[in-house]
Amino acid sequence: MKLKLEHYGKGLAKGLGVTFRHVLRHRITTQYPEERLSVSKRFRGYRMVWDEERCTGCATCAKSCPQGNIEIVTSTKRDENRYVVEKFEVDTGRCIFCGLCVEACPYDALFYSREYECSTYRRSDLVLSRDQQKRTEGKELSAYFHPEIEENLPAQTLLLDKAGRRSQSLWD
Amino acid sequence: MEVKTERFVLNMGPQHPSTHGVFRMRVTLDGEVVMDLEPKFGYLHRGIEKLAETRTYTQIISLTDRLSYLSSMTNNHAYVLAVEKLAGITVPERGEYMRVIMDEMMRISNHLAAIGFFLNDLGASVFTPLLYMYREREKLLDLFEMVCGQRLLYNYMRIGGLSHDFPSEFLPALKRFVAEMPAYLEEYEDLLAENEILLARTKGVGILPRELAINASISGPVLRSTGVKWDIRKADPYSVYDRFEFDIPTGETGDNYDRYWVRMQEMRQSLRILNQAIEQMPKSDQMNAAVPHFLHPPKGEAYGHVESPQGELGFYLVSDNSIAPYRLHIRAPTLINLTALREMVIGWKVADIVTTFGSIDVCLGEIDR
Repeated sequence: MKLKLEHYGKGLAKGLGVTFRHVLRHRITTQYPEERLSVSKRFRGYRMVWDEERCTGCATCAKSCPQGNIEIVTSTKRDENRYVVEKFEVDTGRCIFCGLCVEACPYDALFYSREYECSTYRRSDLVLSRDQQKRTEGKELSAYFHPEIEENLPAQTLLLDKAGRRSQSLWD
Repeated sequence: MEVKTERFVLNMGPQHPSTHGVFRMRVTLDGEVVMDLEPKFGYLHRGIEKLAETRTYTQIISLTDRLSYLSSMTNNHAYVLAVEKLAGITVPERGEYMRVIMDEMMRISNHLAAIGFFLNDLGASVFTPLLYMYREREKLLDLFEMVCGQRLLYNYMRIGGLSHDFPSEFLPALKRFVAEMPAYLEEYEDLLAENEILLARTKGVGILPRELAINASISGPVLRSTGVKWDIRKADPYSVYDRFEFDIPTGETGDNYDRYWVRMQEMRQSLRILNQAIEQMPKSDQMNAAVPHFLHPPKGEAYGHVESPQGELGFYLVSDNSIAPYRLHIRAPTLINLTALREMVIGWKVADIVTTFGSIDVCLGEIDR
């Protein structure tokens, strides 16, 4: 292979020009642990959030899961004529976050959360028990298949806003 | 001066930065010249076709994401097309437009990654474009995330439609992207089109003869780079592709540069389609057909195919009237495109294997399945 400078190196110079223009541009890097971007409202995050009040223990979520990750054990409560969910376990280590369980729930009892830092020291910590998933105050819910809570969530940070060609000034 | 060389066999991969995943090439070399090449795959085999036989039709959509993970949306589309053919379901018009918008966004995002990695394979001197292209790709991934909550494995299309409607802020953001993108494409051309290093490394290298391309049933940009005007979107229109005006860019010689050039032009055509689709999209709310939870398609078989960014992606389904398919076969474009790799690199040097392999745009998840 022989390098032929067909245009007397004009192509290389032109390319370098583009690079130099970029040197003067606004940087878009986010200093992650200190600075955080807001994920989308429908983000399918790490944890399942389970509403004990609404759940009837019908196990539609477990049936819809392609991986068979959700384990539900129920017992009957005769006097109240309903099921009691004794065990609701999701193995998020094997979960593929397809969202079919949240989509399938007929009673709006299952949500995704918008958390995304999900590393643990042990694989066994990824199996979330009934109590870990219970819907409590302060848990961030995702609007995935729950359009009713979409309005209250913070807007997603778009790179389109941060790095728009025309909207940015040179030394910004 | 004559240099005495010796024939020897070199294994490139399975763990090699230039193999884009776990892929092994058994190369016979004479000095540095390639005498023979034998592709060996199967290091990422997950048995997706077999797994599909134990899952319901809806659950399989999440498996198709994991085939070619840089173009998940078109994988979804090809699969749901096959199921819809099998069960005789018609998708509402709005749903079809949404699918087209998603497909074309996916094509741009895949080509950006494909060209970026291809240039990265050329060596560190052209690493910069990968970063530039990733910037635009990130913008598209943001839009995908806005619609369906994921950035890589979307699981967005459903049998008879799509899982969600677009949020209200999506179309304005997409319009902004479509308006901005041509300027960025020009920037890439400034950076690359006349770059002497790129021209020297790609022009005339890894030529794929047209006859061979047709005989080996190669498809996608790799076929079009040899000058054959073949595109499923025109040849067998699916969704609403017959309503849009766009051209099929073709190369001439079928070398590495042509494959790069065809991808660049295809992005422009995708932007054209996106513009038209946004304008023509119906305002109605209906985007889903009524489909039962557990679908029992009648006994029979169907083949649905789309023009995925890599080529013709087809799903062949056989139904026995149960909730899971009796058999699923995937026609993976990159697997078939890879069969011509041997002919493309014989007589070239080891460094040219890397670039030629990069120019095919393979995704190992799809090859091994």
